[in-house]
Amino acid sequence: MIGFLVDAAMLLLGVAVDVAPIVIVLFAFQRFVVGRPIPNPRAVVVGLVYVTVGLGLFLIGLEKALFPLGRSMAQQLSDPAFLGVSGGGALGWEHYAWVYLFAAAIGFSTTIAEPSLLAVSIKANEVSGGAIGVTGLRVAVAIGVAIGVTIGVLRIVTGTPLHYYIIAGYALVLIQTTMAPRGIVALAYDSGGVTTSTVTVPIVTALGLGLASSVPGRSPTLDGFGLIAFASLCPIMAVLAYAQASRWRASRRG
Amino acid sequence: MLQPLLRTMRDSARDLTPIILVIATFQVLVLRQPIPDFLDLMVGCACVVVGLALFVHGLEAGLFPIGSMLADGLARKASLPWLLVFAFGLGFGTTVAEPALIAVTEEAARVAAEEGIVGRGTEEQDAYALGLRLSVAVAVGFAGLVGVYRILRGWPIHYLIIGGYTAIVVLTWFAPPAIIGIAYDSGGVTTGTVTVPLITALGIGLASSIRGRNPLTDGFGLIAFASLTPMAAVMLYGLLAGAIGRGLG
Repeated sequence: MIGFLVDAAMLLLGVAVDVAPIVIVLFAFQRFVVGRPIPNPRAVVVGLVYVTVGLGLFLIGLEKALFPLGRSMAQQLSDPAFLGVSGGGALGWEHYAWVYLFAAAIGFSTTIAEPSLLAVSIKANEVSGGAIGVTGLRVAVAIGVAIGVTIGVLRIVTGTPLHYYIIAGYALVLIQTTMAPRGIVALAYDSGGVTTSTVTVPIVTALGLGLASSVPGRSPTLDGFGLIAFASLCPIMAVLAYAQASRWRASRRG
Repeated sequence: MLQPLLRTMRDSARDLTPIILVIATFQVLVLRQPIPDFLDLMVGCACVVVGLALFVHGLEAGLFPIGSMLADGLARKASLPWLLVFAFGLGFGTTVAEPALIAVTEEAARVAAEEGIVGRGTEEQDAYALGLRLSVAVAVGFAGLVGVYRILRGWPIHYLIIGGYTAIVVLTWFAPPAIIGIAYDSGGVTTGTVTVPLITALGIGLASSIRGRNPLTDGFGLIAFASLTPMAAVMLYGLLAGAIGRGLG
């Protein structure tokens, strides 16, 4: 019991240190630059207690649920016994079909459920004067992310260098930017963050690292990262491509 | 008091639901195996949902009102040096508290220790994770500073984006291979729960107080730039840590 209390106290202390910089910046500026007292100090203190306890609980959940979930799915789906390749035969990239399907499903489902993507889609619909459909854009981005995360997983399995993919991807985004409708560009860049919610990031990271440590010949530090990079690049490409396709379709009709 | 808390709790549960559904489907239909450590996972998921809800609720009730008011007020009144200091502090402070970043750097330190890049001790791992986090935080602070200066000067955002992107490509050549993956991921991680609302408030406040600036594009431009600089910073951190490590060894 005492050990548990000490652990909990240490955790809260660590979290308080994480939250301290932003609190200090805000309070110092409010007090010394603006020169006014903190408005409604009670709400602020209560809010800070919530923030600290909440972040602490989240970190416990991270260790107990999110990391183990991502890791165990990666291990189970890439287990040679499950893949039906016993007898020590070499596994090629084509044997990991279930992993690709799982990555695509995670990418699609988390993106389609993301409220900020809905907000982006509604704004895109307004900016384009109705040419870009709300549901169409959401589905297109979700498929884009699904493809992106799957390519990311394929990259981990094959062990090819991440930066080739990402640099090529950004180059493509630059080309798309020059051709896409003007009004949509800022929105498209903004959508890069829609797939990287606080819950999705740890699971996807653990999935990549787990996969890199269970696929023979891969190293977690060299090959395991990069899924987040794919997941934040693909929505940009998908929004730009969808906007361009919508404009093209509209101009053909008219 | 209770109602907004329930709302944030529903939001964080909704983030987790699609993941749980996909994993459950795979466990039952594909793997045909019970989920290992089921009870622990359930407790952990509850911790995630409740914790994230409390965190977001606390931010909305306690910090965001002061943050946006300050960002808006300073954008209109403060002198340039104070504005730049504030932009840096805001970017740095919000990033240090970003839960997704804590998660990724923790995992990065764990695998780095497993592969012998850093020592296996808890302290060495913590130091490595903290080093990564601080590099990302300094990078986002720097992005805020440069982004604010850009809005004041009226530079087009794509100069910064292309400049930042070129720096990343160049650094990728020199950076130690083990850091590149984390570096590229760190760009997506920083655009999270704490950083986006406050940085956007600063950008929009600033853009709407200067004539001839578009609040929409200039406000959001800050975020786009803030997801490029961390990639460069983490690779620099890898280079520096490597150089120091060689110096000591």
